[in-house]
This record gives sequence, structure tokens and C-alpha cells, in this order.
Amino acid sequence: MSGYSTYKPQSPFMQWLERRLPIASLIHSSFIAYPTPRNLNYWWTFGGILTFMLGVQIVTGVVLAMHYTPQVDFAFDSVESIMRDVNYGWLLRYIHANGASFFFLAVYIHIARGMYYGSYKEPREVLWILGVILYLLMVVTGFMGYVLPWGQMSFWAATVITNLFSALPGIGDPIVTWLWGGYAVGNPTLNRFYSLHYLLPFIIAGVVVLHIWALHVVGQNNPTGVEPKTEKDTVAFTPYATVKDAFFIGLFCILFAYFIFYIPNYLQHSDNYIPANPGQTPTHIVPEWYYLPFYAILRAIPNKLAGVIALGLAIISLAFLPWLDTSRVRSANYRPAYRVFLLVFFAAVIGLGYLGSQEPTGGYVIAARILTLYYFGFLYVILPLLGLFETTKPLPNSISESVLREGSPAGASAPASGA
Amino acid sequence: MTDITSTSAKGGPASGHGEGTRRDFLYIATAMVGAVGAAATLVPLVDQMNPDASTLAAGGPVDLDVSKIEEGGQVVVRWRQRPIFVFHRSKKTLDTMQSSQMISLLSDPNSEVVQQPPYATNWHRSIKPEYGVLVGICTHLGCIPLFYPDASATTPVSNWLGGYFCPCHGSKYDPAGRVYSGVPAPYNLPVPPYRFVNDTTIRIGENPADSPAWDFSAIRQL
Repeated sequence: MSGYSTYKPQSPFMQWLERRLPIASLIHSSFIAYPTPRNLNYWWTFGGILTFMLGVQIVTGVVLAMHYTPQVDFAFDSVESIMRDVNYGWLLRYIHANGASFFFLAVYIHIARGMYYGSYKEPREVLWILGVILYLLMVVTGFMGYVLPWGQMSFWAATVITNLFSALPGIGDPIVTWLWGGYAVGNPTLNRFYSLHYLLPFIIAGVVVLHIWALHVVGQNNPTGVEPKTEKDTVAFTPYATVKDAFFIGLFCILFAYFIFYIPNYLQHSDNYIPANPGQTPTHIVPEWYYLPFYAILRAIPNKLAGVIALGLAIISLAFLPWLDTSRVRSANYRPAYRVFLLVFFAAVIGLGYLGSQEPTGGYVIAARILTLYYFGFLYVILPLLGLFETTKPLPNSISESVLREGSPAGASAPASGA
Repeated sequence: MTDITSTSAKGGPASGHGEGTRRDFLYIATAMVGAVGAAATLVPLVDQMNPDASTLAAGGPVDLDVSKIEEGGQVVVRWRQRPIFVFHRSKKTLDTMQSSQMISLLSDPNSEVVQQPPYATNWHRSIKPEYGVLVGICTHLGCIPLFYPDASATTPVSNWLGGYFCPCHGSKYDPAGRVYSGVPAPYNLPVPPYRFVNDTTIRIGENPADSPAWDFSAIRQL
């Protein structure tokens, strides 16, 4: 992280602090002088958006916890009280509930960007795996948060998801009972989910620090996938990246605010405004939209254990990408065949998401099976083979060359003449 | 620094021959005690999540007067927080359960997987054929299957013969709780331990007096 900084403390106090805790120079070298590739596009702003969203979720979550009661008889009513009685409670809850969706929207774009530009490849494997761990933590945290309002969908989501573990032979049922703390989902379950839902965001924040640390060790990838070679290839993080990130966070927040203020329940299920009833399953259970592709994979496979394994593997497999992809060329811009297969992969994931929201009958199941096959076929067959057979396009010699060639002749698109 | 390491290397008489010194023994013994201590610390941290004694005690037997259930009807009682279906089957339903058409659709028609006590391991999966007693939890992912006792061309699915239908993922069961083939649920609906206290009252959670003590946790899967 150090090495880029030209930071020299000026005031006597900062000099005094620098000798005891060099935090100012750490911040300077990480977020001001840090060199970023000059050709980064707006897809690279989602890391900043995700950090922002984590902050939004933690702040609104801590505040909501001041008004929420994690007890089966009061949980639903306390959420309704937040909505009706607590000053601005409706706003804070709508920010938090829609914030989860926008957090996931941003993370999916962030992951897709990494896959498109080959950001997982050597030397960024650990950075990528930390990202997959962050995504897994988000999935668990989001699920537990969804249980807390204790509506019908909350209760049955908790039942269905914890029952996934019962597929494991032998140890499955004891694990499920242990998760529940009773014979079924009940008060002990709600209480522990609340505790963990409060804890996990801080663990996420800790892993985010590792993620950013790893990023600053290996440096950012860029749309060409060619590493920066000279100072001409990079610009300073501040102001170039900070301003660009801030601008796009602003645009992202406009969309976020539209949902919060105009269609706050668009992404919610009306069934979750019915208090949890352990005696009646809603006629159509669907998870939140951000879990739908994996839910479709689970349902596509007619065997319970195999379905659960496929669900887990669908997520875990992402961590293996650096080794599944055998090509040395990073960016899909220079890999014509990979680009097509990858865009089909993205379409398949979106298609699975749609199928996950539909009733599991007839043609939908068959379609889900085909897309599931493509999902795993892409990761385990196409990716390894493609690197061996694909003819890639010639790479530019450097980032600055690609920028100057693609931009207008006078190099007007260059943000600055070197750092 | 070098002084310290050279001193520790000479810490025991056997040093230099590749054998353990007394200091090595101390290291290993300390590490072992530390590891056992760490493992012992995990026990309360993990076990606190298991059901406590009061929760377990609340899972005691439940009585139900089955004579009050009309023929073709079903009541749902709770035992151990779980819905228990008690179905007063009609003659027609019993015929359906034995029909070759129904049996050909089932995954485990003879109840070979232990999802019921031995005294309910028969074609009707119950003590008396006319009373079915089932844990109403889908063996797929724990939803409560819906009760559609009558044959229907359209509801809940086409060519329905009567039984239970899970709305979550489309699993189907016959009126005895036997699961269809080709649905996500892997096993038949469980039968809880129960006995007739007298001719008309069942006690869910206790085995019959003349049967061996059968433990509900012996079932393959809830």
C-alpha cells in the first residue's frame, strides 16, 4: 500500500502523530496517491457503491435495532410500529429493506464486471476469493434479516432454508434441530438470527478491509486486462477515481431513492405483511429476487440432496474461477468466443432468476434444467477448454496506447497527461 | 537472540540426537492442554443452540378424540410444534390407496424406508385403516402439504387421485402420505408414534403398550 505516497506531514501535530501512528500517510497512499489505471470505465465504480451500501445498511440497521423486538409475539408488531409510530421509521425501514436489494444489485454487477474483464486471474486470485466470501456472507446476512419481520414469508423462508441442511445424510436432522433450537422454527430461531444478523455486517466490514488490502497490493485490473507499465498508464486515485465514484454513487442513489419513495414495496412480497403462521404455508413461496437463480437450480433437480449440493456448488464454484479459466488473456474484449459464452451465461442466470419466480411445473422445470446445465457446463467444460482452443485478439502494448488509439486522435479522452 | 536459541537447543540431555527434549515435552503438553481447553470451551457455545429441557418437555403426548372427525374429514393437532394430520378416511379413499393405478405412481408404496413405526408399516400406514395419522411436513423442505382428499380432473393438478399436495415445490403424496415418484420430496410423510387409549381416543407421542419402545428419531427424515 505504501510506496506511492509523497505525503509529508506539515503541522507539528501531524508530524507527532505520524511517528506514533502513520494513519494519515496510510490514507494518503491508499486513497489519494494510489495509482489507478487511466482507462477504467463506470463498471469499476461498483466497488465504491458496495462500500457505500454497506455503510447505509449498517447505519439504518443499527437504528432499526433500537425499535425492533426479537420475540415471536412482538416482532411483527414492532416492525409495524416502526412503520407507523417511530419518527421516520417508515423511511429507515424502506431504506434498509430496499438497501438489501440494491446492495445485491451492485454486487451482481461487480461480480459480472470481474468475470467479463477477467479480474480473477493471476495475481488477483485471493482478492477474488475474498469477494466470493463477501458474497456468501451477504447471502447469509440477507436471509437472516428477511426472517426478522416475522411475516408469513419470513417464517416459511426460515423453514425452507434451514431444511436444506436436512438433506445431508445422518447429520442433517441434528443440524436442523440445532439451528432451530426447538422442534421447529420458533422463538429461539428468531432470537439467534437477530443476533447473527447484527454481527455479520461487521464481519463483512472486516473482510472488506482484507478485500481492499488485497486490491491495493495487486492493483486494479482494467478493461484491457493489460497491467499498467509506466506512469502514463495510471492516474491518481484522488481526484480521478474518487470523483468518478462519487458521481456514479449519485446516479445509483437516484434509482435507489426512486424505489424508496415511489415503489418501496415493489420488491417485497405482500404475504410478508401477514403475521407468521406456523400452521399454514403460503400458496406460493418465493425467495427475494436476488436468490431466485439459485432457487431455480435447487428446484430444477428432482433429487433433494443433489439439488442442495447443486445450490451450494453454484455459489462455491465462483471461487474456483481463477483455475477453471485456462486462458492467459484477461479481458473479454480480446476473447471473442469467451465473450459470447459469457454473455449467454449472464442471460442464463437472469433466465434462471425468472424461472425461480414461477410455479415449478412442466415447461418451467425443463427450461430450468437446461439453464442449470449451461450454468455448470460453462464453468466446468467451456471455461477450461476455451482457454486452450480460442484465438484471441492482439492485446495493446499498454493502457495508454489503447486509450490513445480508441479515443479521438488528439488524445482528448485522456483525463490527464500522466500523474 | 542467538544466545536464547542456543540455550533452548541445549535444554535437555538428549538434544542433538533428533530426540525430544524436556522442553519439547513441555511445548507439546502445553499445546495439548490448550487445545483440549479450547475444544471444551466450544461445547457450551455450540450446545446453547440446541433445544433446552423446557422446550423438550413441551413436546409431551397429545390426546385427540377421533370419533368427532367426520368421514372424509381431517383435523390438524400440534405435537412438538409440528402439525399432525389426523384423517378419517372413507371407504373410497381406502380403495384408492390400494388401487394399482395409485401404487404405480408411488416412489415407496410398501413403506420400506423407515418413515413410520413398525406398527404402521402396512398398506394403510396406520394402526386402523380408517384413521391416518401423519406428520404434516413435506419431506422436501418443510412446507405443510395441502389436503385434497377427493379425486379431481383439475385440482390441484390434472388427473388428481386424492391425497396431499405441497404448494411450495409441487410434491405429491397419496392419502396414506406415500410420496409420488418424480417429485422433489424424497420420502413418505412420517407417521408419529401414537396409540389408541380407548376405542375413540388416540394419544400422539406414545407407542402402543404391546409394541416395542420405538423412538421417533429413528425415522429416515422428518
